[in-house]
Amino acid sequence: MPTETVSRNVLLIFNREIMYNPVIYQAVMKFGILFNILEARIWPRQEGRLVLQLEGEEKRLEQAISYLEQEKVRVEILAERIKRDLERCVHCGACTGVCKTGALDLDRRSMEVMFDPEKCVLCGQCRMACPMAAMSMASIDMDVLTAR
Amino acid sequence: MSEVRVKKSIEEINRRINQGKAVVVTADEMVDIVAEEGPKNAFKKVDVVTTGTFGTMCSSGAFINFGHTKPKIRASKVWFNEVEAYGGIAAVDCFLGATQVKEEDPLNKVHPGRFEYGGGHVIEDLIAGRSVRFKARGYGTDCYPLRELEKEVCLQDLRNAYLYNPRNAYQNYNTAANLSERTIYTYLGILRPNLGNVNYSTSGQLSPLLNDPFYWTIGVGTRIFLGGAPGVVSWAGTQHDPDVKRGENGVVREGAGTLAVTGDMKEMSPEFIRGASIVGYGCSLMVGLGVPVPIINEDMAYFTGVANRDLFYQVIDYGLDYPNGINRSLGEVSYEQLMSGSIELQGRTVPTAPLASYSMAGRISRILKTWILENRFSLGVPQVPLPTTAFDRDRYPKLNY
Ligand code: SF4
Ligand code: SF4
Repeated sequence: MPTETVSRNVLLIFNREIMYNPVIYQAVMKFGILFNILEARIWPRQEGRLVLQLEGEEKRLEQAISYLEQEKVRVEILAERIKRDLERCVHCGACTGVCKTGALDLDRRSMEVMFDPEKCVLCGQCRMACPMAAMSMASIDMDVLTAR
Repeated sequence: MSEVRVKKSIEEINRRINQGKAVVVTADEMVDIVAEEGPKNAFKKVDVVTTGTFGTMCSSGAFINFGHTKPKIRASKVWFNEVEAYGGIAAVDCFLGATQVKEEDPLNKVHPGRFEYGGGHVIEDLIAGRSVRFKARGYGTDCYPLRELEKEVCLQDLRNAYLYNPRNAYQNYNTAANLSERTIYTYLGILRPNLGNVNYSTSGQLSPLLNDPFYWTIGVGTRIFLGGAPGVVSWAGTQHDPDVKRGENGVVREGAGTLAVTGDMKEMSPEFIRGASIVGYGCSLMVGLGVPVPIINEDMAYFTGVANRDLFYQVIDYGLDYPNGINRSLGEVSYEQLMSGSIELQGRTVPTAPLASYSMAGRISRILKTWILENRFSLGVPQVPLPTTAFDRDRYPKLNY
């Protein structure tokens, strides 16, 4: 029986000391997890940032994340960073037209907009589309110090 | 309108409301009642159907009188939180438009612009009780010597603040698509190239004017729900046009009637009036509005019972056609299809998204229902009818129920 896998979208920040180390390769080899690159940005010799979708058995994912942190990679779990302000949200649905992952989706019965942060890949489209400025999130450009 | 037979007058319905005997249902509920019992029985049973809509309505704004100062000023330029209001009326009156953008906003210089703050946001801030920075300038006269004024004000400090919306509650509205080859940022949202998605902005069977397609019961003087408080229809809205394409059920199939509405901001709630920022387009105001529709005859029962699957909208290309004033429809879709999440158009399945809140529209219709049931709200008798078109029953075969 295949073990159940989970997926987590993470932002990884590599400072200049470690940015050329093959830590992702190591994490993949050691813990048998899968990854998809969702976004990447490199400031040569300064910093590298990656938004990855990690997939694997829950325990192994957590081990992989601790391994990355041990290797001095800063790991931000994106689902913990994206928020919808329910005081601002009016359930208009404008965001559902641009959200490609189904993280924001209309419940066709109540016609309310449901939000599932686990499905979010942090593309930022909903923040642009929302007329109420209800969505806030970390992005690949996030200022880690102020966001903390 | 000689064809319209009133079998139950608004006065009679008001008496029933007063006696606590009126039967009031929402437009969503009425659809089921008419489907089950037919318009004739529904007419006998129901007195009032409440409607609702909640969406971006650009043609909105507020007349504000900020009260006389010592010494007095004849303010010709006025700002609230750096958003300019039109001061070209009497000394301390001004009109704050919903789409006026804050001074120094970068607009679309870096496209698409964000339009973070504008007139709609000021209106929301005021209604929410937040204070705003008020600035006025005058040129000085013998009777109004003061030339400059600056202070913090909140809604209670203003002598009058009335929402005066020249065009709200569009009866039917374009569904937007994009046939061009680039993503566009419109007042109907973000539209992907090559028919990537469509956006719509109406509340279907809950829409006020779709429930009274010939404006037999809604006119100047009709009392309404506006921004969480009682308001009134103050005139036909700008661009009101009854002479458009109608279906076999008499319901308009494209933009048609509109309402000008007025209400006192001091009674409103920030839950139902919200400033909006529409990326690449500008600032606006989201307005919550509901109209009670008296069921004066069987036909009104029929109309209020028309369901989402029988309401049709035109899909318009906002890539090339709309901006260039080309009048062409890419096809017609029902509200039910739009609500389902995708439509079939030009042989393709295209995802849909709403821009108006159906859940808020439903809430408004339920609040209005409660107001009437609790005898806190009576119906207004229209004093001036809205311009309409002749009603010829033979043209609408579906009305032979
Ligand atoms: S676009 Fe904004 S206000 Fe509208 S449903 Fe999405 S989060 Fe809520
Ligand atoms: S950032 Fe917004 S649009 Fe993008 S995936 Fe997440 S919820 Fe969807």
